[in-house]
Amino acid sequence: MSESRVGFIAAAASLMGRDLRLALRRAGDSLLPVGFFIVVTTLYPLALDPSLSSLRDIAPAALWVGALLSSLLALDLLFRDDAQDGALEQLALCGQSFAGLLLAKTAVHWLLTGLPLVLVGPLIAITLGAPYAAMAGILAALLLGTVALSLIGAVGAGLTLSLRRNGPLLALLVLPLAIPVLIFGARATALAVQGEAIAAPLYLLAAIAVLFATLSPWALAAAVRIGLE
Amino acid sequence: MSQISAEDLHLWRGEVHVLRGLSFSLEAGQCLQVSGANGSGKTTLLRALCGLIPLERGRVYWCGADIASDPSPYHAQLCYLGHENGLKGDLTVSENLHYGTALRRRLRSDELSAALASLELPGYAGMPLRWLSAGQRRRVALARLTLMDAALWILDEPASNLDSAGQQLLHDLLERHLHAGGAAVVATHQELRLEAGRLQRLSLQ
Amino acid sequence: MAWVWFHRFGSPPHFYRLARRLAPWFGWPAAILCLAGLIGGLGLAPPDYQQGDGFRIIYVHAPSAWLSLMVYVVMATSAAVGLIWRMNVAHAVAASCAPIGASFTALALATGMLYGRPMWGTYWEWDPRLTSELLLLFLYLGYMALRSAIDDVARADRASAVLAIVGVVDVPIIHYSVIWWNSLHQAPTVMKFGRPSMPASMLVPLLLMLAGFTCYFGALLLTRARGEILRRERNAHWISAALEEG
Repeated sequence: MSESRVGFIAAAASLMGRDLRLALRRAGDSLLPVGFFIVVTTLYPLALDPSLSSLRDIAPAALWVGALLSSLLALDLLFRDDAQDGALEQLALCGQSFAGLLLAKTAVHWLLTGLPLVLVGPLIAITLGAPYAAMAGILAALLLGTVALSLIGAVGAGLTLSLRRNGPLLALLVLPLAIPVLIFGARATALAVQGEAIAAPLYLLAAIAVLFATLSPWALAAAVRIGLE
Repeated sequence: MSQISAEDLHLWRGEVHVLRGLSFSLEAGQCLQVSGANGSGKTTLLRALCGLIPLERGRVYWCGADIASDPSPYHAQLCYLGHENGLKGDLTVSENLHYGTALRRRLRSDELSAALASLELPGYAGMPLRWLSAGQRRRVALARLTLMDAALWILDEPASNLDSAGQQLLHDLLERHLHAGGAAVVATHQELRLEAGRLQRLSLQ
Repeated sequence: MAWVWFHRFGSPPHFYRLARRLAPWFGWPAAILCLAGLIGGLGLAPPDYQQGDGFRIIYVHAPSAWLSLMVYVVMATSAAVGLIWRMNVAHAVAASCAPIGASFTALALATGMLYGRPMWGTYWEWDPRLTSELLLLFLYLGYMALRSAIDDVARADRASAVLAIVGVVDVPIIHYSVIWWNSLHQAPTVMKFGRPSMPASMLVPLLLMLAGFTCYFGALLLTRARGEILRRERNAHWISAALEEG
């Protein structure tokens, strides 16, 4: 009909702009996951011998279990609102690539809930006894790990879209699939804390992230479409 | 060639055989009114026509092409208004209209205010959607409908929450759309008074 | 020709009858092979020079571990077939696989724990095989939980099919990452078997048990799938005729 049609990039950009604007209007929501992360990692010193030398050993575990659980918590913010007010089905019906738009939403979601973990994580690691030299390595591992977690978590969120009160189910679905991220991420962090080279687990983590990035467009679109039926 | 047609649609929802061999054909400028009791499958039919629900059997054709084989061009010409408005409460009215249409087309600045005026919502542009009543939000959804520039409208109970003035506006919108060569499938209990030859009726059991 | 066969196989009444005819062809060989394997493994094979008679639990443990993985692949494949070709029979087969696979996984875990107790003194060790099996059990449970959480059967079929496909791609990764993790920490490995060091007298019963378990899975799957199809199609017109046949 009219010639003012937009291409996919412009549509995705406007969707991301909308999501960012909405998140800024409800800034508290986006800060909850990183707040949860800080609280959970604080529990470890309180439950153990708080000397930094012994905390250093459990720092990778504390960091990554906390990151995993915070990512799970954050997944509720991804599709729930849009599913409830009908905006998600409008996305499915706008004539643009649905998988692409959902990935764009996931990218903004990572920016709002994953990136804070990446930035706060190294600082938390310091409080758990990690040396300052480890911060860069920990940041890199968390960067790759949170991206991978966002991608696989989004698929889980899509599958459980139409279900109420599905927190435990989402955890049961996503956590086993995310085990490789935990293993490689924690290993990279442990090596960084010990001051050794972290290239090997980082490459493996990157490979996982790439695999999830390849798989998730199809899986996300399929899962959300089923949820919209 | 008809704009939208359906051929022998069958759909089950769980155990219930909701659509049993439904067929229809709609030309440009025509409106199909779908009526039936609660639970008779109106919403299911409309969502199946959009392609949101896969059909067990039967096909839907848009300008001769099966929508299942390539939905994107069909969706680009379609605008669906369901029970939910598809609008965000935290955004203002004009932001909602802007983002709602930005997925498809670039708006000119005058179009937005013209759309609001046609739904008799002038001056509401800067108001957060949350502050509006249900009827006013429905009008905003209808304003978005006019801005989408879509050839086919699929509307599920569009008059819900609208007062009589709003219903009259909806009616005028529909007439203008049909007059301009668009088509519409509308699920409603209301009487649609349209020009002769423009209205087809479909009643679901 | 193969296409015709494929679509006939996918028709519920045809599959229902075919499954009834085929099930005994899997069931009897399963019984015979398992019996032969057990006689060979429990009676004829000599005791291991290191582990004595305790290693014999391998004859149940290894086949069930192998099956637990194979069933997941079968489940994911039939789910994919059901998703792509919209075949109800394939979805019914996938649904039937899940409890069977979960049971094999649980059996592998239980036999693994029973093996560990006399050998290493503890019921549980975080060795790669047991950990992998545990994660596989979680994947099965997640699949079954998702299925039961969605009321509409067709939607549950499709959603769990997506999950199974994502899972089957991830399973090798999970498996190898667990092996990698275990190798780093030199945690004790409960089982070190197979590979070239196993003599024929030990290996042959193991292979017999493996074949027997696989046939057992076939028989069990066909029977369960028949029941699943019966449940799904209970209102269809072909059911009463098929039930009369028995």
